[in-house]
Amino acid sequence: MTVETKLPYDQDYVRSFSENRKEPEWMKELRLQALDLAEGLEMPKPDKTSIKRWKFDDYKHDVAGEAINSINDLPEDIQVFLDLENHNENLVIQRNQSVAYKSLASGLEEKGVILTDIQTALQEHSDLVRRYYMKDAVQIDEHKLTALHTALMNGGVFVYVPKNVQIEEPLQAIFWQEDPEAATFNHVIVVAEENSSLTYVENYISQNKEEHAVANIVTEVIAHDNANINFGSVDNFAAGTTVYVNRRGVAYRDARIEWNLGQMNDGNTVSENITHLIGDNSYSYAKTVSVGRGDQSQNYTAKIVHFGKQSEGFILQHGVMKDSASSIFNGIGKIEHGATKANAEQESRVLMLSRDARGDANPILLIDEDDVTAGHAASVGRVDPVQLYYLMSRGISQQEAERLIIHGFLAPVVKEIPIDAVREQLTEVIERKVY
Amino acid sequence: MASSTLEIKDLHVEIEGQEILKGVNLTIKGGEFHAVMGPNGTGKSTLASAIMGHPKYEVTKGEILLDGEDVLEMEVDERAQAGLFLAMQYPSEISGVTTSDFLRSSINAHREEGDEISLMKFIKEMDEAMDYLEMDKNMAQRYLNEGFSGGEKKRNEILQLMMLKPAIGILDEIDSGLDIDALKVVSKGINKLRDESFGCLIITHYQRLLDYITPDKVHVMMKGRVVKSGGPELAQRLEAEGYDWIKQELGIEDETVGQKA
Repeated sequence: MTVETKLPYDQDYVRSFSENRKEPEWMKELRLQALDLAEGLEMPKPDKTSIKRWKFDDYKHDVAGEAINSINDLPEDIQVFLDLENHNENLVIQRNQSVAYKSLASGLEEKGVILTDIQTALQEHSDLVRRYYMKDAVQIDEHKLTALHTALMNGGVFVYVPKNVQIEEPLQAIFWQEDPEAATFNHVIVVAEENSSLTYVENYISQNKEEHAVANIVTEVIAHDNANINFGSVDNFAAGTTVYVNRRGVAYRDARIEWNLGQMNDGNTVSENITHLIGDNSYSYAKTVSVGRGDQSQNYTAKIVHFGKQSEGFILQHGVMKDSASSIFNGIGKIEHGATKANAEQESRVLMLSRDARGDANPILLIDEDDVTAGHAASVGRVDPVQLYYLMSRGISQQEAERLIIHGFLAPVVKEIPIDAVREQLTEVIERKVY
Repeated sequence: MASSTLEIKDLHVEIEGQEILKGVNLTIKGGEFHAVMGPNGTGKSTLASAIMGHPKYEVTKGEILLDGEDVLEMEVDERAQAGLFLAMQYPSEISGVTTSDFLRSSINAHREEGDEISLMKFIKEMDEAMDYLEMDKNMAQRYLNEGFSGGEKKRNEILQLMMLKPAIGILDEIDSGLDIDALKVVSKGINKLRDESFGCLIITHYQRLLDYITPDKVHVMMKGRVVKSGGPELAQRLEAEGYDWIKQELGIEDETVGQKA
């Protein structure tokens, strides 16, 4: 099979796209440079999943969405993700590629906290964005999709918490692909400066079952010394969207990054979640849950790379597969030379609900240092008949018993989602997908 | 609730192709407490599991009837809804499902749709039963049996028994692994249920439990059959003299069944 090298968008297009968005010069140059690179780069090769036939080149790139005056104007199925009771003020809603709604508690603004769409951030905080954009976490030339992402980025948010600022309330972003063919080339940057802490939750939503679209998402999460980031997400793209999502974290000395990712897309998905534990005593806990259904194919990588001494990394992936869905769960713990006393632990469990479903847990430990601890556990199996028997022996029907076991299996991540409304949505999405 | 009758007739059961029960006959009526005793490996727990419908046990011959209804035709959940309850020797651990959620689902499974137990009433009933069994209230919010000690698991089984109020309760070695204080508490819970509408089958190989729960009838199992039945005095004689006299009386050399050498 020949590799498709002709790209759907050219230099002129990218130049005028950038100019229309009033971006700084450096951003335009970066886009053009990335477009050049994209021509020659290969597609990523996720372990054990062939993506050759996936449609990564069929989408509408520039689709505006209408602004709304109040969150009450949102459709019901978007409103349910909002914590209306507690009036969460720290919110960005993106509709296709425009900002539909944006607010930040005034107290946080005074402290120098930034929560805004990426377009505004590029205009108002150009140097700050430039400092982090495709620098410390993700590289432009990793493969064709990272380069294309950089060239065609058309949305996202920028989160910045200054030194010593601790934020209790969660910051939330909702990315709503309303147009069934709109491409989501989102770039999300979350920066926690020294001694700061924040909780960020994002939701991706679309309804395109038939129409085709592409999501090519890069998220860079930077925790400076002794900072603490709790990152939650529910990805819920419909079957028509082919997804590449790359969430990358960098933790410096004594910093902590916790990931709680609900991977609920209905279309083909490559999801990479990689954390670099750069600083001594840094920490990351990556928890993910996934449900596969229909004939979708998914490839998940959860990887933690240890550079810092006494760095600790934990990976927990739980997946449920039904119908003829297939998924690969790669869990990778890598300890670099010099990362003495590092600890890399991982656990991947896949529950199969049908005969035609395929699930593969692929645990890998790569260790270049002697004085470390590491461990892994992986399993692929069906619902335990003895557990079913126990629950049914109390009068619970088989279907309800399976439901309890599946929710229980996914609970470790679901219960960690920090916004009640989002947690409830995740539970409902799981319910819908499993039954 | 009117009293029920559980009839077991000529029951033969296999596990993985090996016959363990070889014709068990037993009738338990509401208001009666029966003890099934016998050394290890004689088929007692197999009897309990087969009545409830454990997936590994296959009934090859015989009948189990509850008030004349064919239990063997029922799924496991239907058996429970018909009024059977088994307090298991090794209850499963279910991660991510709290004991409280599980209990509530169980109670609602016995009720009509639209007639679910109210949360307030449920909590009140659960609190009362937990107090009665001297259980730590935190257990309700812990995942079902996960990380529970042996004693906690047994109390949790009795908690479910008390809350579900079945017509026939089967207790499979509920006394194993319990210290004397826990044994007293568990027995207290079981005795509280004693009335005309509740029949109970207590499986044990120690007489000890029967010091706290007096059985109406005692049966001894060997080689996959009930070989001797009697009143409470039979249990006392077994405590005093062991099982050897029965083996001699019946000419049994090896009382076990289905155990590979």
